[in-house]
Amino acid sequence: MSDSIVSIQHVDKWYGNNHVVKDMNLEIREGEFLTLLGPSGCGKTTTLRMIAGFEDASSGIIEVQGERVEEKEPYQRDVNTVFQNYSLFPHMSVYDNVAYGPSIKKVPKDEIRRRVEEMLALVQMSGYEKRKPDALSGGQKQRVAIARALINNPRVLLLDEPLGALDLKLRKQMQIELKRLQKKLGITFVYVTHDQEEAMTMSDRIAVMRDGIILQIDSPLEIYDHPNCRFVADFIGESNILDGKVHSISGNLMQVETPCGIIKTCGEGFTVGETICVSIRPEYLSVTHEPKDGFTVRARVKDFIYMGTVIKTSLDLDSGQELKFSRFETDPDLHEGDERYLYWDPAKSVPIHLEASEVQA
Amino acid sequence: MSRGTKKASHSRLPMIAQAGPVSLWMILFVTIPMLFIIFISFMTRGTFGGVEYTPTLTSYKTLADVIYLNVILKSLRVAVVTTAVCLLLGYPFAYYIARKPADVASRLIMLLMIPLWTNSLMRLNAWMLLFQTNGPVNKALLALGLVEKPVMFLYTDGLVLLGLITNFLPFAVLPMYSSIEKLQNAMLEASADLGAKPSTTFLRVTLPLTFPGIFSAVILTFIPALGTYTITDMLGGGKVLYIGNIIKNQFGTIRNWPLGAALSVLLLLITALLIFIYSRFASIEDMEVM
Ligand SMILES: Nc1ncnc2c1ncn2[C@@H]1O[C@H](COP(=O)(O)OP(=O)(O)OP(=O)(O)O)[C@@H](O)[C@H]1O
Ligand SMILES: [Mg+2]
Repeated sequence: MSDSIVSIQHVDKWYGNNHVVKDMNLEIREGEFLTLLGPSGCGKTTTLRMIAGFEDASSGIIEVQGERVEEKEPYQRDVNTVFQNYSLFPHMSVYDNVAYGPSIKKVPKDEIRRRVEEMLALVQMSGYEKRKPDALSGGQKQRVAIARALINNPRVLLLDEPLGALDLKLRKQMQIELKRLQKKLGITFVYVTHDQEEAMTMSDRIAVMRDGIILQIDSPLEIYDHPNCRFVADFIGESNILDGKVHSISGNLMQVETPCGIIKTCGEGFTVGETICVSIRPEYLSVTHEPKDGFTVRARVKDFIYMGTVIKTSLDLDSGQELKFSRFETDPDLHEGDERYLYWDPAKSVPIHLEASEVQA
Repeated sequence: MSRGTKKASHSRLPMIAQAGPVSLWMILFVTIPMLFIIFISFMTRGTFGGVEYTPTLTSYKTLADVIYLNVILKSLRVAVVTTAVCLLLGYPFAYYIARKPADVASRLIMLLMIPLWTNSLMRLNAWMLLFQTNGPVNKALLALGLVEKPVMFLYTDGLVLLGLITNFLPFAVLPMYSSIEKLQNAMLEASADLGAKPSTTFLRVTLPLTFPGIFSAVILTFIPALGTYTITDMLGGGKVLYIGNIIKNQFGTIRNWPLGAALSVLLLLITALLIFIYSRFASIEDMEVM
């Protein structure tokens, strides 16, 4: 546990009768970029606020740099926060906002000036020094908030949806900028977002949350290729999810019977007759004229969407379910209304156990 | 009013139309009487009271007299002390209320308001009863052996000050409460997050952000404290003179209207000066008014 800078052990948080964080365990490693990803209201901000010490855990232990959070006042910690609602000081100029941290630590004036200018340049806000926060756009406020936190060079930086108000182009730019900065400075980032694409591009590890529970915590690639539950498969990237029953198992190869036909997948720990679902990413899906390798599911081409280099094709199953299928080249042979059989490399698909609540009688 | 949705030129007309009745009211009941007071202050005192319409600076010259200057200085000093004490007592109290849950806060505010709903003469009489020579305060002091003979509280500067402070404290608390209540917890958290101790946060964030309330509290206590005459009359027994008593006397028994008017103009100028000072530091729109 020596390499974890933030350690969350069996933490619960209740707001009255509302169980917001449920028995959370999380070890955040020194220097990593960890993202808390999940839908609105799943407890991301609450988790961050507990790490920052603004909210007490109802039970469990939170340690930052080996010390219990409760033992230090927020102002004594080497942790800084970029708040979800910016929380800039309205009575101070942009310059004074950014200079606030170092000025409290009695850093010499010249040094402060140099660092503020450096930070503002970094977030592309040079020239705004004299403005009051009221005279800034949401995106500009966010960038000032980032500068105000980063200037303190904390060991851990907590960021609560810091890019949420930026337009797409600036957001992409800031994503790269933040990631680069994080690597350069070696600061541990705990980053909150509900944008899975942002989480995928920036993070070393992603903790996917739902209803106060971390469902899976892994590298972006691992989460993408091996989601451990239906929610994660659905939430991260695009996914086709087919429900079915395990029909037969040989080694780690399984045949699954879906309402529309037989499919194949690879996995361990399943039993014949178990109700499961299978997740297959659009780019791993293929179509053919004749049933192939024991796949018997048929689909009808619905439409094409051209997205730059990728062509996204929608397919309708007999059950009415819509599947997504993406390729890099046009297939002159494929037209709207054509019928095709689906197949894929079984190793590229992921069988998923269903939670009790997800199994339909 | 739909602000910012239309161009300025379009929205100006309805704005004037809306401001019209208010302006008319202000002109009729505030501006005209005020101009009249200023006008009278430059006129001559009538032989049998009233005003003779011959312009003169006599009233203002009279004000420069040592007797009047002393009264003015004393009144200013008492008003400053009253205001300072009201701020020092009122701010922590306002802060305490503002950080309570809304339902508790509104109950506490109610408690604070109750004295304002009672007749002020009644309250002053109560103070007099409490502090008179054989009143409960003196009896208690004697019983405890703290004094050997009754203390003369009545008609002293100390009791006047106490009366002023208790009277104006609610006026100081209310605007400060309303400013502090608007202060978001997030601001305090952000400050702590950036390494500021609670005392630093107070000086650099809380105080500046609640300044509009503090300033309103100053206006709402200082100006009336400077001009009051009931409190000073009753608790001071007319022995100690304050601006308010003199103005009242000039318009009343002494019937020197121009001098009373000149003193009123002085009060007006002090008010205007305070508001001017405020406008240098913050925008008037932010000011807390009740
Ligand atoms: N101070 C509070 N008092 C009571 N309930 C709260 C409080 N703060 C948050 N909650 C509740 O806790 C749950 C989790 O809130 P939280 O702010 O952590 O969500 P989030 O994951 O950050 O969502 P978002 O993406 O919308 O910011 C929500 O149901 C919310 O209503
Ligand atoms: Mg949140």
